[in-house]
Amino acid sequence: MSKRINEFVIEGCIKLSGLVVILFVASIFLFLLKDALSLFGVHSIRDFLFGKSWLPISEPAKFGVVPLLLGSLYVTIGAIVICVPLGVCSAMFIAEVAPTHLKHVLKSLVEILAAIPSVVLGFIGIVWLGPFLRSTLGLSTGMCGLTGSLLLAFMALPTVISISEDALVGVPKAFKEAAYGLGATRWQALWRIVLPAASSGIIAAVMLGIGRVIGETMVVMMVTGNSPVMPKSLLQPLRTLTATIAGEMGETVAGSEHYFALFAVGLILFIITFIINFIADICLRRARK
Amino acid sequence: MTAILLVLAGIAGCKESVDPNEPVGFIQVKGSDTIVNAAQEVAEEFMKDYPHVFVAVTGGGSGVGIASLINKTCDVATASREMKPKETEVALKHGVTPKEFTVAYDGVALIVNKDNPIDKLTIEDLHKIFTGKATNWNEFGGKDLGIVTISREVSSGTHIYFKEQVVRLNKKESTEEFSNETLLLSSSQAIVEEVAGNESAIGYLGMGYTSERTKSLAVSNGKDYYLPDVNNVMKKKYPLSRGLYFYTDGEPNGIKKLFIDFAMGPKGQERFKATGFVPVGDTIVEKN
Repeated sequence: MSKRINEFVIEGCIKLSGLVVILFVASIFLFLLKDALSLFGVHSIRDFLFGKSWLPISEPAKFGVVPLLLGSLYVTIGAIVICVPLGVCSAMFIAEVAPTHLKHVLKSLVEILAAIPSVVLGFIGIVWLGPFLRSTLGLSTGMCGLTGSLLLAFMALPTVISISEDALVGVPKAFKEAAYGLGATRWQALWRIVLPAASSGIIAAVMLGIGRVIGETMVVMMVTGNSPVMPKSLLQPLRTLTATIAGEMGETVAGSEHYFALFAVGLILFIITFIINFIADICLRRARK
Repeated sequence: MTAILLVLAGIAGCKESVDPNEPVGFIQVKGSDTIVNAAQEVAEEFMKDYPHVFVAVTGGGSGVGIASLINKTCDVATASREMKPKETEVALKHGVTPKEFTVAYDGVALIVNKDNPIDKLTIEDLHKIFTGKATNWNEFGGKDLGIVTISREVSSGTHIYFKEQVVRLNKKESTEEFSNETLLLSSSQAIVEEVAGNESAIGYLGMGYTSERTKSLAVSNGKDYYLPDVNNVMKKKYPLSRGLYFYTDGEPNGIKKLFIDFAMGPKGQERFKATGFVPVGDTIVEKN
């Protein structure tokens, strides 16, 4: 009897924690929505969504989110293009190729990589990577999107590597053995059998990597120059959504137009990450079928 | 439980040791990054004289200080610009009556890379550079090299001062903005770092932050050129000279008054001087 009560209580607790998470997400969303929508009482929604200039302290202020949105997209795409091939290949090496002792060393190194605080990476970007890129590529300044992309790729690597590696290791041994049995080489088995079988996990890794990159603030604020221009290439300074919120939130008076505008930027960021997770979810389900 | 008892005992112990006439309390000072080092030194001196008052100093920018004065999250706001009429209006609406104290004077220095042959510019030149009308150093007799303009973030008082004086040439009706390409960096240190390494760069910052790794330009408002130094700012010859301010909500009282008086007094002014600013002297300049 007491066992049953125990089970009932434990089940209830677990159910409650699940519901609390939903409640948290819902209330964060509502909180953002409430303050973001207040902006559109005083500022036109079209100027916000399609405006091409972000001049928050001018009179009248202009809150056009397009340059910031493009800034975030450019930096994120740059980072993913650099990080995904590198991350998936390292995961393949760690999971399938490397000898056991090297595997352990590499895995712990990846974990150390994940532990580097972003402000330290930002500092490296300011004093070394930025100047290095400026002199090698002949740029006018090293404070540009590419510097941000490279550092963010570096930050997302541990996420991509460890989740892809888990996915690769999780592929049933029988798949590989069957491939060998049919005369496949090690490379053929890895590339044609194991990798496709792990694709759902790898897509999840990439999506989580994107989530990590688009939400990162400190590094991009320190190294991308923060100019609210309409970016044309990664080699010029740009300003991201996150850096805008972090850089300007402190000076806004609660309840002012600028304050609401930053919440609206936060809402956009939230919607983007929501969509990314949603896509990841669909991909995962499709891959499982 | 034991921990709580210990803490209570600690508090009780503390209370016993304090002379009832001694000032006790906590002051939150927040705002300008230009003054943050000076304010920190003033606070440390102040805490030596009044060991039971704790003064916490944080930066973030003048805008941050003024916003937190209005949001009532700090006791003293520091600013490297005057409050804008709109801010005063918002403050009054929130039940805050800002009171201004000029605590020191500062010059906004223009810095370039040491390899840049340019030594002096007029305000008009600076206006062209920072609004993006001039984009190459050879227009001012320098090398054939693009100009990279560097500014602080919009929360910085220096940003707003510079925008009014240079970008808008002190014209009230002007709506000119910094060129879109201007880098907005989050600290004076980042500006020094970029200018020290980049030959095309020009940036501005409070005189107290100039470093030997960059070159300060002499600036002219039409006639003679002056370098940003204590002497030229004191004599108001340097065109980009400005006041540095402390703001409180209403007439300061209690420990807040002690702190403001200390900052304006000889010991506080000595600290401003030591951190590279120009003291206002013993007379209290008040304005409201």
